[in-house]
Amino acid sequence: MEKLLEILQELHPDVDYDSCESLINDKILDSFDIITIITQINTEFDVAVPASEIIPENFNSAKALWALVERLLDD
Amino acid sequence: MSFVSFTFLAFLAAVFLLYYLIPKRFQWMLLLAASLVFYAFAGPTYLIYMAVTILSTWGAAYAMDRVWTRQDEYLKDNKELSREDKKAYKAAQKKKARLFLALCLILNLGILAVIKYTGFVLQNINNIFGTQIRILRFALPLGISFYMFQSLGYVIDVYRRKYPAEKNLAKCALFTSFFPQLIQGPISRFDYLSRTLYGQHDFDGRQFAFGFWRVLWGFFKKLVIADRLAPVVVTLTGKAENYPGVFVLGTILFYGLQIYGDFTGGIDITIGVAQMLGIKVTENFDRPFFSKNIAEYWRRWHITMGTWFKDYIFYPLSVSQGMIKLSKWSREKLGPQIGKRLPVYISTILVWLATGIWHGAAWHFIVWGLLNCVVILISQELAPLYRRFHERFAFSNTRAWDVFQVFRTFWLMGMIRVLDVYKDVPTTFKMLGTIFTTPNWGKLFDGSFLKLGISGADYLVVLFGTLVMFFVSLAKGKGDVREMLAEKPAVPRYICIWLLLAAVLVFGAYGIGYDAAQFIYNQF
Repeated sequence: MEKLLEILQELHPDVDYDSCESLINDKILDSFDIITIITQINTEFDVAVPASEIIPENFNSAKALWALVERLLDD
Repeated sequence: MSFVSFTFLAFLAAVFLLYYLIPKRFQWMLLLAASLVFYAFAGPTYLIYMAVTILSTWGAAYAMDRVWTRQDEYLKDNKELSREDKKAYKAAQKKKARLFLALCLILNLGILAVIKYTGFVLQNINNIFGTQIRILRFALPLGISFYMFQSLGYVIDVYRRKYPAEKNLAKCALFTSFFPQLIQGPISRFDYLSRTLYGQHDFDGRQFAFGFWRVLWGFFKKLVIADRLAPVVVTLTGKAENYPGVFVLGTILFYGLQIYGDFTGGIDITIGVAQMLGIKVTENFDRPFFSKNIAEYWRRWHITMGTWFKDYIFYPLSVSQGMIKLSKWSREKLGPQIGKRLPVYISTILVWLATGIWHGAAWHFIVWGLLNCVVILISQELAPLYRRFHERFAFSNTRAWDVFQVFRTFWLMGMIRVLDVYKDVPTTFKMLGTIFTTPNWGKLFDGSFLKLGISGADYLVVLFGTLVMFFVSLAKGKGDVREMLAEKPAVPRYICIWLLLAAVLVFGAYGIGYDAAQFIYNQF
């Protein structure tokens, strides 16, 4: 989770990722950010995020994103 | 059968009557029959193309669904398998499903490529290599790009296991052919449309009235604004050299209004007709001319096409293994900033290229797509500068600045959009250049604009229509205008509806030689 937070902080240092649960709905993350996050996740965790998982529910909060990473690691 | 024809009105009346008279369980079958009749009017042979799309998407989705079901059953029955064995089994099943998906995509996109792009490719080969290959041109089935993309979206979703496949071939056929949205979209998603498409619907007076109002509003935009402006746009772009400078500004303004009235009006009719049948169709516009930049404009204009390209091309391309490798490589070799941008920029360029090509087989569509892309990427690069600008200058956070941004976006988008209407790309750029070289402002006041194919009275009608459209759009910002209207007492409510109907009948552009039958987006 810490590594993931680092990735997110690097993109938008001003966002409080512990509390924010609307990163997509509030348009904080755009498609450029999403692709960057996916590339970084691939590098850090060796997990490929398929396009079908790019849905708001998976990217709205750091917690949801971490749950996605864990699920993909399990798969 | 055009939406703007008496045949369509008679057809609709028959469909509504039967729809609410027959047993409800047969309603979706009636819609299928009606949709096939509707499409047969465009040309019976076009039904063959549609049949290929229906059969192939139904078959592929069905086959993939079986693969996924068997996989689930196998894994359920073999819980003792090791993680590696499960992974290997899943990979093998995915490969099978991918084969069905690939066959379906290749068949459909292959057909689309051959009938839509063969002439364009051969023409360019002849131009470049000086060859004399005979140019083959195929009749383009009406709305093929719309119904095919909608069906392919469904197949890809089944492959991604977003939802199970529809086993009933006839229901699948209705999803592809549903007549209100068949020829110009929206490009619906199966999970959304199917919720109401196959349902059993009682007649609901309120929904029927709301749908009717929306249809009427669509006719108003199409007939009172778009079709009345059509002759001016034809004149201004037909012999473009005769109409430089201020006339080009006129082209940008009039074509912008024309295509807005035409396309959003057509979609209003689509959504309204569907609502009268109790069916919910996805919205395709969100007041696009109030956008403050081009990226926002594209999130609000032809929304279902934009999200289709994003979900099925942009994201898959951006997160593909090749692109991830490229990103990693560029991060190491060229630095984190370029590494971050490269996959997104390459995907964005390819998506806009595809969007241009989707619109038609012509260079101006390709240039149009790439110009949109260039503006969006420049805006993306300048975003930090904009942020600093907003922090530094207080006026940039005022209402007036918002209005300026809307105005700027309208004209910038309009300059790109006129690539549609001038005869070719060089002419468009040449004419845009004349805005600065030979503006001829005097032409605004010497009556020249009254000699472009419509009279002063026509301009007044267009001005009146545009103002109505503008204020309705403003009101939409506060909620559904029809809901607001429904809350009014009966007298003012009916006055509004009758005035709208009267405006369509009195001010609509009817007449001999009038080409209302053709909606601009039908050709795509």
